[in-house]
Amino acid sequence: MIVTIGIIAVLLSETIEFFRTVSIREFFGSATWAPMFEPRQFGIWPLVGGTFLITAGAGLIGIPGGLGVGLFLNEFAAPGVRACIKPLLEILAGIPTVVYGYFALTVVTPTLQRMLPDTEVFNAASAAIVVGIMVLPMVASLCDDALRAVPRSVKEAGYALGATKCEVSLQVTVPAALSGIIASFILAISRAFGETMAVTLAAGSTPRLTLNPLQSIQTLTSYIVQVSTGDTPQGSIEYKSIFAVGMLLLVVTLLFNMLAYSLVKRFRSVYE
Amino acid sequence: MSNTHGMTPTNSAIFGGSLRIPGEKAAAKTVVRATWKPRHRWRAFSSKLFFFTSLMATLLAVAALIYLLQSVAEQGLGRVSWSFITSFPSRFPAKAGVKAALWGSAYLTVLTAAIAVPIGVGAAIYLEEFAADSKLRRFIDINIANLAGVPSIVYGMLGLMLFVRICNFGRSLLAGAATMSLLILPIIIVASREALKTIPTGIRHAAFGLGATRWQTVRAHVLPSALPGILTGVILSLSRAVGETAPLLMIGALSYMAFVPETPMDAFTVLPIQIFNWTARPQDEFHVTAAAGIIVLLALLLTVNALAIFLRMRYQRKAQW
Repeated sequence: MIVTIGIIAVLLSETIEFFRTVSIREFFGSATWAPMFEPRQFGIWPLVGGTFLITAGAGLIGIPGGLGVGLFLNEFAAPGVRACIKPLLEILAGIPTVVYGYFALTVVTPTLQRMLPDTEVFNAASAAIVVGIMVLPMVASLCDDALRAVPRSVKEAGYALGATKCEVSLQVTVPAALSGIIASFILAISRAFGETMAVTLAAGSTPRLTLNPLQSIQTLTSYIVQVSTGDTPQGSIEYKSIFAVGMLLLVVTLLFNMLAYSLVKRFRSVYE
Repeated sequence: MSNTHGMTPTNSAIFGGSLRIPGEKAAAKTVVRATWKPRHRWRAFSSKLFFFTSLMATLLAVAALIYLLQSVAEQGLGRVSWSFITSFPSRFPAKAGVKAALWGSAYLTVLTAAIAVPIGVGAAIYLEEFAADSKLRRFIDINIANLAGVPSIVYGMLGLMLFVRICNFGRSLLAGAATMSLLILPIIIVASREALKTIPTGIRHAAFGLGATRWQTVRAHVLPSALPGILTGVILSLSRAVGETAPLLMIGALSYMAFVPETPMDAFTVLPIQIFNWTARPQDEFHVTAAAGIIVLLALLLTVNALAIFLRMRYQRKAQW
């Protein structure tokens, strides 16, 4: 409780400081992010665009993959297989993000470069792929929980009508668990949005508004890391800018999480 | 017998794809055909396809895990040795070691636990056993759930302002531990509350019936039964703290340290930061060192998680309400 107020207070005070120097119109209106050198420009869109690119790519991999694993665990896996896969997923979920960053840089990027020669050393695609792998176990286990909460009798009614497993699963179970499943997607997106280390290591630090995933980009989080690991004096404009960026990050993830929370709440009240 | 329902002539027609009723017009025939289409082949095929797709997703996830571990092992296993664990980082990749980082991680974990566990478990007990179901409590509930979803780097910024600047801890072990405590507090609270919730109300009522106060009930009956569950949650959240990098990077943990921190006010470094630093360097030799560091880190985390799973299993066997 105090922590939330603390976070908001700290971020807000520094953000206000920042906006005293840089107008809000420039922050949201300009398309160039160049805080380090003259002429300084603080247009947030390149960072948001980079973050969006990573999040979309990660969602493309993590969401269908996670849903697939959740469905498999729920519909097909024998108890023995399930008992084997669940801990494996937990390990996958427990691997520190910095390890994923290493994986992206030393394994995924060289592979991409072999397939697509014009891939840069730092590129959005490899970061998006590993972030996708990172959120996959989370989506899988949340989807699995949501699917499990659908009462057996509902499914059996479907089977009694002669539906196949696929039809029951896609037309009965998934719609019944939909809000839980969508909540897991939103949480995954919010996680990918705030992901830091893998992105910092693999995606590079070139603020650029692009849709080409093979180029180097910069995200909101990796900008914060870049400034805080460099020797930026406290009170300078770069130092204040990270708080504005952090504020944006916080607001977006909070919105995502609240949406997911309200969906889960709705989903819980369905079968009680 | 086969003619019981009088449908034998049409049965084959139904499964053939259309109803043929003699004397009907061609137009009526198409209408019937459009509404009734048993697609047995498609249904059987889609069922198989569905199974196959979800199986593939699972296999891919498992394959990704194995590939990740294998590539790390291939690169780094040769570098892991006793001298790697007992030497300090170095400019020369072949001599670099993780001693400072390993000790830093250990100290940080102990300090974090010392700060976060009493507060977290206390908050959980209060919310679950004492607090009345008020609007404020529900607000706190939502708040805690939201806090668990805040990106870790934001905690780092809070720690930087609050502990490094305002409390004047400097870029010390204490500031790091305090920041980490903030990060894992919501996780500890949620896990402890779940553990407390599994204790049946009957136990509490029995204690109340014997004249125990609320606090006596909690201390003597509820807490001991919920302890394994709480412990599991605490261990898992600490393992999260061990692997976390971004907030410590924010508050300024060092990346090069040639000594072991001795007091809570000393500068420090931890394993993930050391790995980050080695990975970010362009030379391949340092990547090998990073892989070796990852092996040490993963071994540490696996041990911790195994401990948690062991506790959970013991708990599940013992508690048969």
